[in-house]
Amino acid sequence: MTATTTAGPLTSPTHAAYLAGQDPVLTASDISITYEVDPPVHAVKGASLTLHRGEILGLAGESGCGKTTLAYGLNRLLKPPAILRSGEVTFHDADGADVDVVGLRGDALRAFRWDKVSMVFQGAMNSLNPVISVRDQLQDVMTTHRPQMSRAARGARSAELLELVGVDPVRLDSFAHELSGGMRQRVMIAMALALNPQVMIMDEPTTALDVVVQRGILREIMKLREQFGFAVVFITHDLPMLLEISDRIAVMRDGEIVEIDTAESVYARAQHPYTRTLLASFPSLTGERGAFVRGGGPATEEGEES
Amino acid sequence: MSTLEVRHLVKDFRLRRGKLRAVNDVSFTLEPGKTIAVVGESGSGKSTVARMIAQLETPTRGEILLDGEPIGRRGRAAAEYRHHVQMVFQDPFASLNPYHSVAHHLERPLKIHGVARGDALTPAVHGLLERVNLTPPETYAAKRPHEMSGGQRQRVAIARALAPGARFLVADEPVSMLDVSIRLGVLNLLARLQREEDLGVLYITHDLATARHFSDEIIVMYRGDIVERGPSDQVILDPQHEYTRTLLAAAPEPSRHGHLREEVRAELAGA
Repeated sequence: MTATTTAGPLTSPTHAAYLAGQDPVLTASDISITYEVDPPVHAVKGASLTLHRGEILGLAGESGCGKTTLAYGLNRLLKPPAILRSGEVTFHDADGADVDVVGLRGDALRAFRWDKVSMVFQGAMNSLNPVISVRDQLQDVMTTHRPQMSRAARGARSAELLELVGVDPVRLDSFAHELSGGMRQRVMIAMALALNPQVMIMDEPTTALDVVVQRGILREIMKLREQFGFAVVFITHDLPMLLEISDRIAVMRDGEIVEIDTAESVYARAQHPYTRTLLASFPSLTGERGAFVRGGGPATEEGEES
Repeated sequence: MSTLEVRHLVKDFRLRRGKLRAVNDVSFTLEPGKTIAVVGESGSGKSTVARMIAQLETPTRGEILLDGEPIGRRGRAAAEYRHHVQMVFQDPFASLNPYHSVAHHLERPLKIHGVARGDALTPAVHGLLERVNLTPPETYAAKRPHEMSGGQRQRVAIARALAPGARFLVADEPVSMLDVSIRLGVLNLLARLQREEDLGVLYITHDLATARHFSDEIIVMYRGDIVERGPSDQVILDPQHEYTRTLLAAAPEPSRHGHLREEVRAELAGA
């Protein structure tokens, strides 16, 4: 099998069958993004991606593969020297209208962002403003996008949002440094939820957190998805975690999506050698020792362990 | 036999109000050729244990014994201790000096610990680089940290720890900053070096899977206490303590794909 191809990502009949019943919410086709530095870096090369209503699409890849750049492209957050060289992004609104995301300008773009597609940023631990309270940060979104909301309604909504993500509303008066990492992350998610977006892009939302806290937040995301039906693009390098939570997984390498399939197929029948390498990078917690027997020399008590 | 032993280690940190017991009565013995993994969440005290062994923190109570003798805390005795016990830090982007070449990073410990000098330095540096698979060594010796990938930098950090001829290595999350596809390579390198040179390794990590596969014994810490310890397979496959079970249940398990969704749905339906 040849490694990278220009004929599009590897996939399977299972994936095609899965797609049949789905209703797209965000379609990106042939996205190419270049960092105009010397020499230019082609961070994303002709990537196409369709996100369906209410699904969790995992975007897996290692540092520098272009996954964050692609996400920024979907949300129109690219800043120079990054330039969207080609490609189309279409948002299919729930009311039936199609929005050409690449063509949005000025007020239309501002109204689109966060309202339709919100984002939980990488390093969300440090993305809260340290000098204003949680309340003010949550309400900032509402005063910008829902100017008709009354003060009381904003207050009620802020409290409701914190409750949704499992944070006690008394924390509205707290500042970022008074919250634990997990709580800060939950506040970030509450903020992303504020306007009931149809798509949420989450860039490594749990990477810096402990496993137990991480599990709690993943649960919360899954639960909110069930309640509100938003679609999620979940970006991470942690393939085992993606396998557990995603409906579909796209594996990215060197700016290209090399394989896209249902989580089940990726787990059972990964086709691309790189996907297999990624899968093999995580030794199984409870399975056979397999290739990972490290043979620790004479002092190893391998025999006594069984 | 040479051993590195910690006995009843306690570390209190003074806070504005009262104190925090970061490590509470931790004892274990590290032997050559053996790896002990210390696992736990942030705040469990695992890094504080590592830092006390590396003498970056002073224990409030308890002792650290090298070959049965209490360790030297200052001057020549401390230098002698560092000759035997070295540390590999988590972040290879921060632990190497961006102004200096790789050769400089490796020459310093060789000179300081009197391992090599003068004309013998360059061959010694090249030897170290070969041991950590950075070949050809001439090329890598001339590089500066920013010219290398994270995995290569961490290999340099490992070579630097080996330079004084250390018998014990304390590796504090040595691969958690690296890309996933190179983590196992670095861990396998550590395992091979350990085997070849009969090193005793203390592997501090939050990753239960690699702790199981790369160590003989696992110590589970929670809020400063050791809550469970034993042979690695036993701790992972037959956990006794509630916290160990919580930790295991929180680790991603790809074969449970789809379960979380069903759990959540059932929970919402029941509520």
